[in-house]
Amino acid sequence: MAEKKYAKPLPRIDEESKGFWEACQRHELRVQKCHDCGAFRYYPRALCPHCLSDRTEWVLSSGRGTVYTFTVTHQNQAPGFRDALPYVMAYVELDEGVRMLTNIVDCDPAQVKIGMPVQVIFEDVTPEVTIPKFKPL
Amino acid sequence: MSGFERKAVIAGVYEHPTRWAPDKTMFQIHAESARGVLADAGLTIKDVDGFFTSGVGPIGIMSLCEHLNINPRFLDSTSIGGSSFVAHVSHAAAAIAAGLCDVALITYGSTASSERFAVGTGGGFTGDPPDHFESSYGPTVVGSYAMCAQRHMHEFGTTSEQLAEIAVTIRRHASLNPAAKFRDLITVDDVLASRIVSSPLHLLDCCIISDGGGALVVTSAARARDLRKKPVQILGASEALCHTAAGVRDLTDMAAKQSGPRALSMAGVAHKDIDMCMVYDSFTITVLETLENLGFCRKGEGGAFVQDGRIGLGGELPINTDGGGLSSNHPGMRGMFLVIEATKQLRGECGARQVKDCAIALCHGTGGMLGLRHSGATLILGRD
Repeated sequence: MAEKKYAKPLPRIDEESKGFWEACQRHELRVQKCHDCGAFRYYPRALCPHCLSDRTEWVLSSGRGTVYTFTVTHQNQAPGFRDALPYVMAYVELDEGVRMLTNIVDCDPAQVKIGMPVQVIFEDVTPEVTIPKFKPL
Repeated sequence: MSGFERKAVIAGVYEHPTRWAPDKTMFQIHAESARGVLADAGLTIKDVDGFFTSGVGPIGIMSLCEHLNINPRFLDSTSIGGSSFVAHVSHAAAAIAAGLCDVALITYGSTASSERFAVGTGGGFTGDPPDHFESSYGPTVVGSYAMCAQRHMHEFGTTSEQLAEIAVTIRRHASLNPAAKFRDLITVDDVLASRIVSSPLHLLDCCIISDGGGALVVTSAARARDLRKKPVQILGASEALCHTAAGVRDLTDMAAKQSGPRALSMAGVAHKDIDMCMVYDSFTITVLETLENLGFCRKGEGGAFVQDGRIGLGGELPINTDGGGLSSNHPGMRGMFLVIEATKQLRGECGARQVKDCAIALCHGTGGMLGLRHSGATLILGRD
């Protein structure tokens, strides 16, 4: 099937974030954990935002979590999104304890509830970029 | 004694009357607002030696000074979203107290509406690091606030009817303001019947989009003695930020929780001393969460607090007497109008919507996106 060109914004993959995006390409969700203070963090960055240590571990996430909050968006004029309405934007709280902004997909938006268990899936949107999203477990 | 040692006051305010200005440029609205505020204060452009603005681009303050042909000795283009102009007032007061300038002009202008700028339903991509973990998922301004509303409803049982009551009350205030864009009364049912923009927020839970602008003059208490209008005292101020906190933020917390108590403490006043409140009303949920986070009620009690006329004129805490961003005007960054209306209330100039014996007012601006990262700026103002 001929795919339409991907029109949503693409993340810039830089020195601080490439560990995350490269893992996504392998369909792994990796979360940073500080080697010194032990705290998890999201979004990824080079220095721990709790203690400023640069000693970082990339922990393989279970990819499971629950919906912390969400909204069903019915209006967005931006390219790529206006064709996807209505879509679900949500914060998912991972089992590791950090919350990430994402989309809940593969379900009727009306079924999404706070507390609902979800599982990561990966959308390969370009040869370089894979976006993690979540579906009901 | 306040932290500014009462050395600085608000000596002039001006709200540009336009709500729709396809025939004007943004810089023209800034300039017309500057002219208006200087006339209100009884000053001339030659008196201005401090200049504050936001929303004109990263170095737009220089172009704007050129446009106005001013050469101030103190400049501040602090840009923290819609609350910027509230923050500018305290920055100006600090600069004046420190002797860095004497007459501070703060201006705002926008043609968001006539340029059809998608304020609430557009993206707002800056290219900063967090965006790269957010923009792919379609965050909008409305959606960001909607996620906070959804969480608030889940944790505390807050209802759409309670949120709607805020829009209804503020529209009633707008009906008393001849300059307000929307003046026809609405009901809770009207709000609930309006379409969902981003669940659980309906169209009438969202601020309007208008053109507009305004200006303020902050000067030294000594200088203000000889000016046209009775000065308004700057009693307390504070700013704060709330971001995703590395992935663990409570989405029912606002920056107001930090800035509110600090500003009240600096002013030496308590919640019961506040006669009226100007709260940033980008969305109904913004108002409810702001009142909770400022401490006017406990977390989770906002839904009950906004019922029974408490936040209406004649109630114990009238808010947004001008009709707010929900009904009067919202050109994208509304902080300016919070300070203008509070000042007019303290000067007793509000006619049909005047709060009786108004002696102390609180302004709280919110900027950015509530569910991602936002700023808060609180200001306590007092009658001279």
